[in-house]
Amino acid sequence: MGPYFNFFLFALLILVLGVALVGINLILGLRRYHSEKLIPYECGLDPSGDARIPFRVRFYLIAVIFLVFDVEIIFLYPWAVIFEELGWFGFVEISVFVIMLLIAYIYAWSEGALKWE
Amino acid sequence: MGELIDKLIFTVIAAVILLVIALLHVAYLTYAERKIIARMQQRLGPNRVGPRGLLQPIADMLKLLTKEDIVPYGVDKPIFYIAPFISLVCAGTGVALIPLWEKFVLSNINVGLLFILALSSLSAYGVILSGWASNSRYAFLGGLRASAQVVSYEIAMSLALLSVVLMAGSLNLMDIVKAQINSPYKIYLIPQIIAFFVFIISAIAECNRVPFDLPEAETELVAGYFVEYSAMRFAIFYLAEYFGMVVMSALAVTCFLGGWIGPFEVPYIPFFWFLIKLYFILFVYIWVRATLPRYRYDQLMGLGWKVLIPVAIVNLFLTAFLKLIV
Repeated sequence: MGPYFNFFLFALLILVLGVALVGINLILGLRRYHSEKLIPYECGLDPSGDARIPFRVRFYLIAVIFLVFDVEIIFLYPWAVIFEELGWFGFVEISVFVIMLLIAYIYAWSEGALKWE
Repeated sequence: MGELIDKLIFTVIAAVILLVIALLHVAYLTYAERKIIARMQQRLGPNRVGPRGLLQPIADMLKLLTKEDIVPYGVDKPIFYIAPFISLVCAGTGVALIPLWEKFVLSNINVGLLFILALSSLSAYGVILSGWASNSRYAFLGGLRASAQVVSYEIAMSLALLSVVLMAGSLNLMDIVKAQINSPYKIYLIPQIIAFFVFIISAIAECNRVPFDLPEAETELVAGYFVEYSAMRFAIFYLAEYFGMVVMSALAVTCFLGGWIGPFEVPYIPFFWFLIKLYFILFVYIWVRATLPRYRYDQLMGLGWKVLIPVAIVNLFLTAFLKLIV
């Protein structure tokens, strides 16, 4: 019965709550079939073509930069926890690490990866 | 064996009580939001159902339970069905990790803060999957925008919380609250004022709230990623959004405002200070919504990547430096 068990128990409870609400809705809800109702919403007109249209490559770039930063943050968290024991040594080490990342960040910025127009 | 079952029953009861409390907060947050915004706009707000409209959330719930559940053609059915639950579970489970009081936290995990961050990252899945599965352009664009926004502000938020972790020296939320006793006024707000503002702005963006509500911008994308959902599935997305607000506010209270510790002890009501601070942060959310217009998308991404992240990194190094010197 550790804390992790409680955590997943709570997650399960929320899932059960959600499923129960949808279940009750399926029992109580109205059902009047009409084919017009099933058309995806697009301003009252019939949708033209596939909805999964090509999208800007910017979104992909953001995802890649996010990955770099997220890995960096995962590195920083353990460092922050034991910062007091590491002292100046830890400070200098992490400065080198972050400065390297900042160079990449400035490069990405200057190449226009963060620009949305 | 009997002892184990007793303990299990006790845990389940505690979890159910916590869930009911959280649900009541979520339900009445929708009421409070409508009422406060109405007052700020010189309107009355809901006032028909029950005294002063107090039964409005229950009436809304009952209405949504009897609505027709429409699944449009062309949707990717398994994903369409699962996505709302991903959103709900990821947004709501954070409640279990928040210490409401010294002796009341359902799940006192050593890496509680990381768990909350992980959950808020995972909630991007619910958004993008529902947008993809819906077979609607509004939903698709909303899902794309929302996922890009959530991952961008995730970084700023994690960096802001990092300086709190640095000061407290722990990822356990209980320890973070206790570490704040040594700070002025027993809160981290003053030494970490920059991190606090970065966190609040990112939290508003994480929850897709005004002024960062581009994923669901009513005037251009109708409702964004959940436009094709109806009845209870739609309500579950709403529940998830408000659960997200409550969890983010509770995290702000825990990490920056000293959790349950107040300037003086209030007898008999151990949650008093926690709730007061929580309501204040939630009020700020609503206040911001009533005050500010929506951002443009390039401004939104610019603010996240070019302002908040550098500010948070500078603040982190400033905190580390000051901690070494003092």
